[in-house]
Amino acid sequence: MFETLPITKEEICRPENLVYSRTHLMTDAALSYCPGCGHGTIHRMIMEVIDEMNLQADTIGVAPVGCSVLAYEFLNIDMQQAAHGRAPAVATGIKRLMPDKFVFTYQGDGDLAAIGTGETVHACNRGENITIFYVNNGIYGMTGGQMAPTTLPQMKTATSPFGRNVETMGYPLKITELIAALPGTYFVTRQSVHTAANVRKTKKAIQKAIEYQKLNKGLSFVEIVSNCNSGWKMTPVEANKWMEENMFPFYPLGDIKVPK
Amino acid sequence: MSATKDIRLMKGNEAFAEGIIRAGCDGYFGYPITPQSEVLEYLSAQKTKERTGMVVLQAESEIASIHMVYGGAGCGKRVVTSSSSPGISLMQEGFSYLAGTELPCLLMNVMRGGPGLGTIQPSQSDYFQAVKGGGHGDYKMIVLAPASVQEMYDFAKLGFDLAFKYRIQVMILSDGAIGQMMEKVELDEQLPRLTDEEIIKKYPWATTGKTNDRERNIVTSLDLNPVKQEIMNRKLQEKFKEIEENEVRFESFECDDAEYLFVAYGSSARVCEKSVQLGRAKGIKIGLLRLITLFPFPYDEVARLAKQVEGILTIEMSAGQMIEDVKLGANGAVRIEHYGRLGGIMPAPAEVLNVLEENFINTKIYV
Repeated sequence: MFETLPITKEEICRPENLVYSRTHLMTDAALSYCPGCGHGTIHRMIMEVIDEMNLQADTIGVAPVGCSVLAYEFLNIDMQQAAHGRAPAVATGIKRLMPDKFVFTYQGDGDLAAIGTGETVHACNRGENITIFYVNNGIYGMTGGQMAPTTLPQMKTATSPFGRNVETMGYPLKITELIAALPGTYFVTRQSVHTAANVRKTKKAIQKAIEYQKLNKGLSFVEIVSNCNSGWKMTPVEANKWMEENMFPFYPLGDIKVPK
Repeated sequence: MSATKDIRLMKGNEAFAEGIIRAGCDGYFGYPITPQSEVLEYLSAQKTKERTGMVVLQAESEIASIHMVYGGAGCGKRVVTSSSSPGISLMQEGFSYLAGTELPCLLMNVMRGGPGLGTIQPSQSDYFQAVKGGGHGDYKMIVLAPASVQEMYDFAKLGFDLAFKYRIQVMILSDGAIGQMMEKVELDEQLPRLTDEEIIKKYPWATTGKTNDRERNIVTSLDLNPVKQEIMNRKLQEKFKEIEENEVRFESFECDDAEYLFVAYGSSARVCEKSVQLGRAKGIKIGLLRLITLFPFPYDEVARLAKQVEGILTIEMSAGQMIEDVKLGANGAVRIEHYGRLGGIMPAPAEVLNVLEENFINTKIYV
């Protein structure tokens, strides 16, 4: 049967036919994320851009506490693992002492917008010349789906089993809009990676953020609204649909602060 | 004229700040708190960026300070923070992470009275926190106890040397009296800061950017595999043991023929030095064992002296913390009592001598 094909596999797998390959900045380790989770795609986007900009030797990343606590297992760059919420302070220490390096943090919403609110706001307000990638899925994924500062009103989680009651549990925090109001932030955007078109937009935003850091423009902040199908207790397809219908109206996609 | 000594009159906190600059410090991150704010103030006034290229940054909290230190230390830089007791409590999270990642750095606690907001006067009630490990997990840090403004200066360089020799955090455990008092200090020549190339060569573990000639460097204390985590912990314990074998430091004052012994460190040791002189003038053979390293603790020297003397009095500005280690060292060989003042009060030399006489001499039963 195969002998009758007009072209063979060997004939196809030639360098001139290559349109895509996995960046060598992703390691061979199997991703520990749930099937359908956005982290893998976001990791790859960031590493592709760093690779394309030839920045591997100039990059120092900071991993958070949360599902992406093991990000350094997958990213083939020098990295430091920070205590919960402290990544912007760790990145500040790195960047101040290594000003020629590209320094980024990779943080979830519990890490960045709850326990690390102080470090986040002050790094942004000082205009630290770093880049923050903020993955917002509205829930604490790693610890098993508890309520996060970003959990939507009425949303059910392990610690709001009857839905988030804003009267007793407070309102979801739009920290991205909050830090966009600070003079130290230069570029603030909110993206997603749930469709191919959105992946492309996110990659462009990542490119911009890195370019701005190279130009010493101050803090760039890229939020990526993502899913947590296991925490939300949905299939990946259902989770993406639910995200479009519920998360995006509250966390609308697009640039929030762009350089004039 | 090059042989002229550079001697200045300085506050302890200022001497420490000058000490870290001259020892080639790359970065200081700190937050104001009495009685140590002069460190950040002095550094800010020194225009360190122009003087040596050193970075000085006022953080938004002690928590942020210690994690900025973590970031810089992970890059192989010589980094420092300082604070006083309540601020040091906030930093315990960072200390634990620094221990787990074996990052070298220099810390200073200018102790004030506690608990809680306490007072701004000198105290020594953070001994347990510094020596036994205030953060979570099995770890130690080297703890140096300066008793003069000169030592506030000298221990900056010594602290860096020890920190990088063992990849460990070194804490200078000072107090409000040593930090605030003024004495003459002899300064050394400025040491150069390491270049990025030197750091890459000397500290191959540092996150300096992954190049093709090596694997990526990861600074982390996480290992979800308990077997690997136990191996890492055993390695840490071996390092602490090596430090205990090699780095014990103390000073003996009038101990050779001593029948009674004070054990003290820092400000209390300064008080006891005077008490020894007062006692000797009265014909009482008293000596002083002044601790310089609190970890590693000079257990062997305490054991030796415990067999020689008739009684030991530990003097601390606390309710009795160091005495537990003195008792471990003496191992029951001699009676040991504690005397301390609390809440920011320093004992006076005559007061301390009086306690020794009442406890050990006036109560002596002659048969």
